[in-house]
Amino acid sequence: MTGLKKFFNELSRYPSAILGISIILFLLGVSVYALTTIPYSEAVRLWRGGEDVWYQNPKYAPPAWFNNFSTTKRPVSFSVNSADGTLEQTITPSTDPEISSVDMVHTFDYEADEAPQEMMIYFRSDIIEKFSFASITWVTPDGRTIRVADFAISNKETFRFTQDTKLQKRLKVEAVEVMHALFEDPNSPTGKILKGEYQVVIAATNFEKDANLSAEFVLHGELFGAGTDKYRRDLLLPLLYGTPIALAFGLLAALGTSILTMIIAAAGTWYGGWLDELIQRVTEVNLVLPFLAILIMVGTFYSRSIWVMLGFTILLSIFSGAIKTYRSIFMQSKESSYIEAARAYGASSGRIIFSYLIPRMIPLLIPALVSSVPSFVFLEASLALLGLGDPILPTWGKIFYDAFYDGALYQGRYYWILEPAILLMITGFGFAMLGFALDRIFNPRLRDV
Amino acid sequence: MTSETLGSSDSESTPGGKKGSNSAFLRVARYSLLRLVSMFFTVIVGVYLTILIANMGGYVDTIMRNEIRDTTTQAILANPNYRLLSTEAKNDLIMTKIANEERRLGLDQPFAVRSVRYLKNALTLNLGRAVNMKSDQGSKEVRLILLERLPATLLLTGTSGLILFFGSVYIALSLSRKYGSFWDKLVIAASPTSAAPPWFYGIFFILFFAAILKVLPFGGLVDSPSPDNPLDYGLNVLKHLILPASAVIVSSIFISIYNWRTFFLIYSSEDYVEMAKAKGLNARDVERRYILRPTLPTIITNFALLVIGLWTGFTITETVFLWPGLGITLFRAIGFYDTPVIVGSTIIYAYLLAITVFLLDFVYALVDPRVKVSSGRGGSQ
Repeated sequence: MTGLKKFFNELSRYPSAILGISIILFLLGVSVYALTTIPYSEAVRLWRGGEDVWYQNPKYAPPAWFNNFSTTKRPVSFSVNSADGTLEQTITPSTDPEISSVDMVHTFDYEADEAPQEMMIYFRSDIIEKFSFASITWVTPDGRTIRVADFAISNKETFRFTQDTKLQKRLKVEAVEVMHALFEDPNSPTGKILKGEYQVVIAATNFEKDANLSAEFVLHGELFGAGTDKYRRDLLLPLLYGTPIALAFGLLAALGTSILTMIIAAAGTWYGGWLDELIQRVTEVNLVLPFLAILIMVGTFYSRSIWVMLGFTILLSIFSGAIKTYRSIFMQSKESSYIEAARAYGASSGRIIFSYLIPRMIPLLIPALVSSVPSFVFLEASLALLGLGDPILPTWGKIFYDAFYDGALYQGRYYWILEPAILLMITGFGFAMLGFALDRIFNPRLRDV
Repeated sequence: MTSETLGSSDSESTPGGKKGSNSAFLRVARYSLLRLVSMFFTVIVGVYLTILIANMGGYVDTIMRNEIRDTTTQAILANPNYRLLSTEAKNDLIMTKIANEERRLGLDQPFAVRSVRYLKNALTLNLGRAVNMKSDQGSKEVRLILLERLPATLLLTGTSGLILFFGSVYIALSLSRKYGSFWDKLVIAASPTSAAPPWFYGIFFILFFAAILKVLPFGGLVDSPSPDNPLDYGLNVLKHLILPASAVIVSSIFISIYNWRTFFLIYSSEDYVEMAKAKGLNARDVERRYILRPTLPTIITNFALLVIGLWTGFTITETVFLWPGLGITLFRAIGFYDTPVIVGSTIIYAYLLAITVFLLDFVYALVDPRVKVSSGRGGSQ
């Protein structure tokens, strides 16, 4: 126990180690959050979903944090739904059990300097024959009340503010200016946007007992949460969900590769003979094989599943140059007196390998393991950039791929590339910094040079 | 980064003694022969494995057969000249065309036979013809396809590789002279940045220099249309080279300097270096004779591996920068199931690697007098 305490004491003397550990803990926190809030199947469903899942988001919307870096505030998209309680509703039954009235009110602060692009209300109901009836009113911060529309609602109804001709007539504007008319200060000659609390009021009446009317109010601004891509998908999903995948891929590959390499090197050295010779030859053959090309072939011909890729990555990385380094060290420790002693008391080969040979190598193993994580995390992104990313999972690499091939760099949609890039970078740096510090702690020879 | 000794040096050859030098020669010859055979065996296994993977153990044949069947049938049914033929005649025509096409691609033989032929052709460097790919000149010769892309790849890998190698060794030497200085600490602090691969920096460079500042091109080898004047052409290519080459250099310069610096520092703390300093030799001589000399084998190994690494190109960096090199060609070949191109590019790398590793043993013996060939079994590599 004291050894562990001493180790952590020593570790805390390296600022890079502390920074690295904090980054890794942060990423682990994000992973746990992502995995607990979004189950695997749900993540896949959302990521693969088209318009039916993401209809309420604008396309190519830059992220909301853009407003923090700009003096003119741009409108941020949002949506509220009465079905999940984000849109307040009160249901008042009448004397007739068949008839009830529903009042839905959404009050929101509008602080942007520009009008939004569009507002929509999606109605859903379970009526059988008698349509429900709704009237929509718009209340501005200066107290004006504008009648927007009155209409009957079948099972599915979409109301778009700019497309309604009656509203255009009432406001005396063209379709493109409806939003301006609703959000502008009527007293301002330059058409400044009136900031403050707006209200959208939906007063509906159901004429059936189980009408079960719900409404979703959507405001399409220019910005959205973490940004959206060309399929209107919220980038927050792959950014969040990509974290556990990246960590799992990086850690499993690093762990699998270094531990298997070590065991194989130890076994080869201990048993010697044909086994050692075979391992040496396999390592040489593996040096000839083109690593990336084989992974690309596996992706193109067999399966692009990230777990298949992971397996092949480990398989191809086991017999690397590291096996030779470990072998030469094992050769030395094989001759040491404590191994002799173990042999004298009759320890089995397995026991000698796992209890005496390998534990001595842990100081060398751990820094190498931690330092190799970033290269595997980046490998996932590299494969995705070549179009060999996992076909169903949302990962950071997939964002890169979509952005790169949609010309995000040419069209100035930098957020699309920068968000996954920054996450990748801090992941890489976190593990690399910790690895460097561990290297210096475990290999004191490096410390004074 | 450890220099290797070939076996133990227990049996010294007597200098001048004829018998001694003769047996030494025999030993070297025997050792070289064994080494050569084992290298060749390695290349055969490696290339054969690549052939198997590139064909999915034969499954690519099925894909190709279906493709041939599809395209041939479509072509004949859509051709107005054949409309008047009876159905049987059409079917016969389709069958013969398919058979011809399969024979042309060698699909009429079983995969096991063909894979051995692929191997034999590869080993004799008879690269053959591509299945689907063409060079820009329109040739299907694998040799021409690869040769056409070689200059672009060598330009990128050569420039960045050489700057990276000599730059980092030079900077590392000067840092090791005054370790603990500000620049030394800066390099140590910056070395984790090398965790990111070249294409990652490439994307950032494109973003800054091409998209925002608009001073350098997004990618490609040369402007389109390309300048007529050879001088302008060269300058234009150089301009396109800046971003990809710097991406490669930036992505590994710090870790490279760090590794070399640590390596030099370990050697400069040896007793004989202290002794040389105590004798009052000037710093230059100490560096040249007592630090660089014993580290020469490692430097040469790394340089040799770098030179053969130039051949492979950087697949992803080339993809990101639309650099028409070998890496991107290999990637495309895989997409086309074009085994001859994949195998051709692998065999050349395999031969280069094997020859280099083989020659390195002799170079070690030349530059490092401690290396000896033992009379026992061939030393480990």
